[in-house]
Amino acid sequence: MFGYYLDLALRSLKRNRVLTALMVLAIAVGIGASMTTLTVVHLLSGDPMPGKSSVLFFPQVDPENPVTLSLHRNPWPAMDYRSAVDIWSSHRADRQAILTSSSVKVRLPDSGQPPLMLSMLSTSTDFFPMFDVPFQYGSGWSADDDASRARVAVISADLNQKLFGGANSVGRILRVRDADMRIVGVLKPWRPTPLFYDPWSQNFSKSEDVFAPFSSSLEINKGNFQAYTCWHVPPSMGNLQDADCVWVWVWAELDSPAKVRDYARFVDDYANTQKSLGRFAVGSEHARLHDLMTWLTDRGQVPDDVRLQAWLASAFLVICLFNAVGLLLAKFLRRSGEIGVRRALGASRGAIFAQCLVEAGLIGLLGGFFGWLLTLVGLWLVRRQPVDYAHLAHLDTAMFFVTFAMAIGASLIAGLIPALRASRVVPGWQLKAL
Amino acid sequence: MEILPILASLRKHRIPTVLIVLEIALTCAVLCNAVFMIGQRVSAIRLPNAIDEHSLSTVGLSGTDEKTAGSDIPRNLAALRGIPGVQAVGAISTLPLSHNNWGWSFGTSPDESIFNKKTVNFSLFFLGEGADKALGLRLLEGRFFNADDYADSSFGSAPLPETHVTLVTHSIAERMWPGQSALGKTYYTTSHYYTVVGVIADVLRPNIDGQGEASNYFSAFYPMSAEGSKGNLRRYVLRSAPGDRDRVMRAAEQKLIELNPNGVTKSAIYSDMRDQYFADMRSMAWMLVLVCVVMLAVTAFGIVGLTSFWVGQRRQQIGIRRAVGASRGHIMQYFQTENFLLSGAGVVLGVALAYGINLYLMRHYEITRLPWYYLPVSAIVLWGLGQLAVLGPALRAANVPPVVATRSA
Repeated sequence: MFGYYLDLALRSLKRNRVLTALMVLAIAVGIGASMTTLTVVHLLSGDPMPGKSSVLFFPQVDPENPVTLSLHRNPWPAMDYRSAVDIWSSHRADRQAILTSSSVKVRLPDSGQPPLMLSMLSTSTDFFPMFDVPFQYGSGWSADDDASRARVAVISADLNQKLFGGANSVGRILRVRDADMRIVGVLKPWRPTPLFYDPWSQNFSKSEDVFAPFSSSLEINKGNFQAYTCWHVPPSMGNLQDADCVWVWVWAELDSPAKVRDYARFVDDYANTQKSLGRFAVGSEHARLHDLMTWLTDRGQVPDDVRLQAWLASAFLVICLFNAVGLLLAKFLRRSGEIGVRRALGASRGAIFAQCLVEAGLIGLLGGFFGWLLTLVGLWLVRRQPVDYAHLAHLDTAMFFVTFAMAIGASLIAGLIPALRASRVVPGWQLKAL
Repeated sequence: MEILPILASLRKHRIPTVLIVLEIALTCAVLCNAVFMIGQRVSAIRLPNAIDEHSLSTVGLSGTDEKTAGSDIPRNLAALRGIPGVQAVGAISTLPLSHNNWGWSFGTSPDESIFNKKTVNFSLFFLGEGADKALGLRLLEGRFFNADDYADSSFGSAPLPETHVTLVTHSIAERMWPGQSALGKTYYTTSHYYTVVGVIADVLRPNIDGQGEASNYFSAFYPMSAEGSKGNLRRYVLRSAPGDRDRVMRAAEQKLIELNPNGVTKSAIYSDMRDQYFADMRSMAWMLVLVCVVMLAVTAFGIVGLTSFWVGQRRQQIGIRRAVGASRGHIMQYFQTENFLLSGAGVVLGVALAYGINLYLMRHYEITRLPWYYLPVSAIVLWGLGQLAVLGPALRAANVPPVVATRSA
């Protein structure tokens, strides 16, 4: 049955090649444009830590005091030094890391290579297991290193390539600003996208090149840390530890709902206590504990431009669909005579309807194929754009199937009205006209 | 031209009629908004910026010892001045559109603090001696800083310069003291105040927000001595003939590396830096152009397809009309008028839809109201496109010989 319908559809498509080509083109172009932008949206709103994102949490409190400036309804995406250290050092979560980033001068002592300005992540021992950071050589540092302000560092695969040609550099010495740090670990290439753990990074930028214990890097790079914002003039530039500025943040790993509830209560209580002590102006109303994906959505991870493009491309697909409906209608109604004969010979309305839909579906399949090619071209164009997410623009398997599903679905929807019209052809009328 | 018979015939083909009207309406709506978005981006990319953009190159120098800045900076400047082709050099803290922003909020009364909502956020630029000339700032009123201003200014422990003179842009002057001359006026923040000695033409901030906002130009300039700069005069600007910029920049970077073996340099030609800032906007604009062109093509093909179908269906009818005396021109006119009516209906619907989409986008994205003139222009474009698309099928219709009428009917 289906084979016969398919044969009919093929014959009909071959009969009027120009019209067929126009329809396939319309669907292909619509699918190509919308799939290109949807793929980008899909990739940008992806989960940077699949399988783990649901147990990673970002606590926030609002240390701003007085609140005259806080017209904001949400706390800043970081805390002052004291709040962050209080929350981190309470060790209420399964794992917790304290973080801040700064730029720092790095060089190999006695190498003659020019120094580099790199960005350094100051964090604590749990950072590496918590975010499943992959190591090429060595490992992260220990909690003792954190406590004893050890001069140790972990470097990125990129930096290891640049300084050591990719060789095992564990044990080598790196001069970070004016301090000598021993390399204890080298990462495998690691680029979580978006760069979720750093609230002020460009969403799709690279991860840092140097990772060092929070305690020791505060000494080493003193004066080079930058505040996101301050609500009092800092007593002295560069000394942010005692300043009313936000610049440090915390991530926590909590592997059961009960722990999440407890931790949320802990953060709320902390904010309320600080309020009653007069240090905070706002208590738990501005305390938050978002999981990773909620936090990313809050932060607005997909750029507005990309969303606008997706809207535009969807409208464009609808235009292409209207087009296809019109052309299919023209095609089916032109064959009214043939359909009349078939009806007279005993084909039911349902059979005619099905035959027309098979034809529409076939057009969709062809449109999907060319649409897929156009999507590949579109993504290639996106990769050549000077945007920070360009490297991400590749079609994954899921989106490959979505392309065809969408093309066939769209053409079936487009075929619905024309097929209904065709199935209502009155056999007598058409036979008379023949 | 008789319109009634056309309407009667369209009523018989309701679905295709509705389809083509909807298609044109949607195209019109999307086109208006897309062209508008392109226009917004183009105007952002072209924002004027009153420095000598095409003569500047810049080398950033970081990682050097702040304690010796007082002697390093004059030494570096002297070396840079010696490069052939260099017309002026200066040290500065940041540049417009460099993403490196230092913001602070100020008010017009002495008790103003940064908590106050009424204060206005400026971007702070610190100029080493000579940087005003190197940048090519344009003075509108008052004076530039003099040697004493430079010598007296330094950083203490606060992140604000210890000086009392400032240059502000025209936009700041208008915002802080509307309708008055800003010269001699003072603006304040807790514990610091600055008096305007000169007003300069609008210079963009290191980061800008939307398009067409006066706040894009809230840039304030302060003098800064080399010894008191505490590592904040990290960027050297060099002015040269546009053709020399590349060579001058390379030579300058080389010189600075030689003189400061501990430093890390980063160089750029200013116009490249500006292009870089707007690179994603430019690529978005091209993307939109591409979508518009393809969309118009698809719509045109749709019109061609449907009209061809109609012509095919009506061959006999056309033959009869030709046989009873209609000229070719009449037949063509028939299809052209029909298309005119369809496009008209589509455009009217499309204009309403365009406004609807615009209102929605205004609520959710950084987009302003669609200017009225986009609507008639896009209407004319779509009308023209319709007429162009219908030309082929209409010509074919006109070529139907009258004898068709006598066959098979």
